[in-house]
Amino acid sequence: MKMKQVFKDVVCSFCGCLCDNLEIEVENGEIRPLSKACTVSRSRFVNYNRDRVPYPMMKINGKHERVSLEESIKKAAEILRNADRPLIYGLSSTTCETQRKCVEIAEKTGGIIDQTATVCHAPTVVAFQETGEIHATLGEIKNRSDLVIFWGCNPLQAHLNHFVRYSVFPKGMYTEKGRKERYIVAVDVRETRTTKLADMFLKITPGKDFELLSVIRALVNGAKINAEEVAGVSMNKIKELVEKMKNCRYGVIFFGLGLTMSRGKHYNIIATLNLVRDLHKYTRFVVIPMRGHFNVKGAGMVLAWQTGYPYAVDFTRGYPRYNPGEYAAVNLLVNREVDAALIVASDPVATFPSPAAKYLTQIPTIVVDPKISMTSLTADVVIPCALAGIETEGTAYRMDGVPIRLKKLIEPKEGVLPDEEIMEKILKRI
Amino acid sequence: MKSRMIIKNGYVYDPINKINGEKMDIYIENGKIVEEFTGNSTEIINAEGKTVMPGGVDIHSHIAGKLNSARVFRPEDHRTDPVPKTSVTRSGVGYSLPSTFVTGYRYSAMGYTTVFEPAVTPLEAKHAHEELIDTPMIDKGIFVCVGNNYFVLKYIKEGEYEKLKHFIAWLLKTVKGYSLKVVNPGGQETWKWGKNVNNLDDKVKGYDITPRDIVTNLTKVNEELNFPHTNHVHCNNLGSPGNYEVTLETMKAVEGIKPKKGRKNVLHIAHSQFNSYAGENWGNFSSGAAEIAEYLNKHGHITTCIGQVIFTNTTTITSDGPWQYRLYLLTKNKWAGADTELETSGGIVPYIFKKKNPVNTIQWAIGLELMLLTKEPWKVFIGTDHPNGGPFTFYPLIIAWLMSRKAREEMIQKVHKVVHSRTQLASIDREYSLFEVAVCTRAGTAKALGLSEKGHLGVGADADVAIYNLNPEKLDRGNYNEIIKAFSRAAYTIKDGEVVVKDGEVVKEVYGKTYWTNFQYTEDEELREDLEKVFRDYYTVSLSNFEVPLTYLPNNKPIKIEVK
Repeated sequence: MKMKQVFKDVVCSFCGCLCDNLEIEVENGEIRPLSKACTVSRSRFVNYNRDRVPYPMMKINGKHERVSLEESIKKAAEILRNADRPLIYGLSSTTCETQRKCVEIAEKTGGIIDQTATVCHAPTVVAFQETGEIHATLGEIKNRSDLVIFWGCNPLQAHLNHFVRYSVFPKGMYTEKGRKERYIVAVDVRETRTTKLADMFLKITPGKDFELLSVIRALVNGAKINAEEVAGVSMNKIKELVEKMKNCRYGVIFFGLGLTMSRGKHYNIIATLNLVRDLHKYTRFVVIPMRGHFNVKGAGMVLAWQTGYPYAVDFTRGYPRYNPGEYAAVNLLVNREVDAALIVASDPVATFPSPAAKYLTQIPTIVVDPKISMTSLTADVVIPCALAGIETEGTAYRMDGVPIRLKKLIEPKEGVLPDEEIMEKILKRI
Repeated sequence: MKSRMIIKNGYVYDPINKINGEKMDIYIENGKIVEEFTGNSTEIINAEGKTVMPGGVDIHSHIAGKLNSARVFRPEDHRTDPVPKTSVTRSGVGYSLPSTFVTGYRYSAMGYTTVFEPAVTPLEAKHAHEELIDTPMIDKGIFVCVGNNYFVLKYIKEGEYEKLKHFIAWLLKTVKGYSLKVVNPGGQETWKWGKNVNNLDDKVKGYDITPRDIVTNLTKVNEELNFPHTNHVHCNNLGSPGNYEVTLETMKAVEGIKPKKGRKNVLHIAHSQFNSYAGENWGNFSSGAAEIAEYLNKHGHITTCIGQVIFTNTTTITSDGPWQYRLYLLTKNKWAGADTELETSGGIVPYIFKKKNPVNTIQWAIGLELMLLTKEPWKVFIGTDHPNGGPFTFYPLIIAWLMSRKAREEMIQKVHKVVHSRTQLASIDREYSLFEVAVCTRAGTAKALGLSEKGHLGVGADADVAIYNLNPEKLDRGNYNEIIKAFSRAAYTIKDGEVVVKDGEVVKEVYGKTYWTNFQYTEDEELREDLEKVFRDYYTVSLSNFEVPLTYLPNNKPIKIEVK
């Protein structure tokens, strides 16, 4: 197709912000964002064809050799069929349609399915199950929030359009003056671009989040605390923040991996969720986790509606069982409890702790991914697929749970299928 | 392919066609009920000594969408009830928050073939539809929450009635909804400011209108747009002592509204048990069911489902944000909440209904009183507001309580003694007939939903049939366990002319269709301008991405309605 085409309201399938207002031009197989795309998004679209898995490959005598799609699928099915307990892992950078098929593969093979939340927001899930979370869609923040707290996250470098579209600058229904109407607080262990933009910055001692959150909650609940400072923050500053929280109209805490993956993990999140809940004695307050991958939220959704559980689901007994410390991908790999792996739209070799990554390279592994990754380099079977949100459509869930349909902008290279279809073919052969 | 089936010699209960336990044969061809035919039939079902009814139709059961957060929220609920895969079915979990597959299987095992999800916020309609794609065995549809929608409140405030109508038609078509739902009218919007509305004439924060304005305008719009189902309302003040008054007020408020052609009713009160409380506080809490039933007996414009309470560990999930907060304060159980921009609010709190708890006892009695004191089963339907009052899998137990005085008496022995002083349940003798059971579980609900091919076994109806191991000639109401058993495990469930359940087990997995109202109208320019402006300024998704494309309804059944 030589014609120049312009697409409106395109959804960016990169981060959990899932911006859906991009204007994109497609011409001669090149994609150019015209407006609204952040720098990361721009690069994703412009470079969509870089580092692609060139063709289906299988490791033959220790080297990747080109094979037909049919052969690669046959081999993938064989690996999964012969495994006693395969691990199906990834899911967060593909569509819900694909994720649904992945659950079916896990069920059919009596394996285990886990998704990338296992190494980022798993503590958030566990804390939610423990105590609950008062949540809102991002539009409520845009329309109502006059106090916005960023805790352990740095949207100006990780979720680039978050400030503009949702949390800091937009003028909404009851926030007509935009930035001027909002008091911005940042809590972090170091200065970042985000903290520099905040009206108040609480620089805390690393590993002391739980302590600080607990003190804030105690103060909100009327306790008297005898201390000059907590977690490296002066008591006066903490008290000032508490007053702001109690007196705001609609407050929000956004938190990221700085809170979930630092000392205390899910205890940090329980403290955060309980604080937000207790603030309801005074006002409305909500909390939104900053989810990373564009459809990591969807992975949790699909797993929950099909199995009841959002991640780390074991089908060994023919029905779903959930126990994160036991069935999470990292634990399984470190304990050598799985004997094959299907990795979908993620790169665990690059992101997992080394004993887990190392074991993964030792068991038969299939990778289905549009792009070359550390994991694909060592996998036994590599099957290229179309890029979700560029070469194929499908559903994704924004970080706040809003479902959005990804658009197809361009045909994939001949013979390259959407991963949904690849999963269906593997399923049929198992 | 021509598939034929004859269901022979069963006792047929088909209230819409006034068939009351007659022994007769039902003929099925290509998924529809047909006149008698001769020649070879592919399948003969021997229903000798069994009860034959149309497939069950549930008018109100939370099976898709927002409750998914509750699934994530409650692993402790699922682990008590794992469901293994079989050669024909997927695995999953059950209890109060069954996974989508299990939801379908369990409804089908009870002889149910159609279920409506009653509370979907428009922005997340894709999510509900995605789950319905994965919900097998049943036909389905969604009700769309509009009682706190920005456009609705704004147009009522501005007196823009025609625009309101256009908006509703546009909205339902855009998100592929079947019907309207109003939850705590005005209360959710007010909750976004930390407050609630407590009666029909309180002001909705920011809009200078009242819950009464919302209910009456939307009911009127609903009738003028010729929706198949009436406006479906979860009243204000749900769960609070003394709230039967607001329920009465709500029903009275719509008395004068002209129903659409062909029906008398204009309003469905959802799970009225939760809104039939007398007393001023938890100390003198008592049943207000008699007042509600009396009103229903005297008026023809209301239908209701009861939201029966079951003594079990269940999950409360509603779009009624302020109520869920209140329930958290009462129970101190874990609480999840969620506000959706411009549309709704909501929350989740796990709850255990206990036999020895006086309030729970009264709640339990109220549901049954509503069923037993309302004379016409065409007005009051079985339900648990699943999972709020208890899981839908307890419907057979409710049927037993209705059919057997002994079943009620035995339970009355086990509950708190306030059942005698603050309810009149113990003094009610009525026992439901199988005909009446067929009304309040399928015929009545299908009629209220406006589904002409459901809830009956006349020629042209969908061949959705339930056959139960219950011989009406040998019916022993004292032995009510047999009733529970029969309705829990259908001898056969037939969906679109195929046997899908045999002896209570799913033998074939099928995927039903999704109903939606496809309004035909000429686009209103001014509405379009408003939509564009509001989506640009206040929503965080683009107007074009708000739409639910038909991809999400792979087997869709549009109800075409012309808007004048």
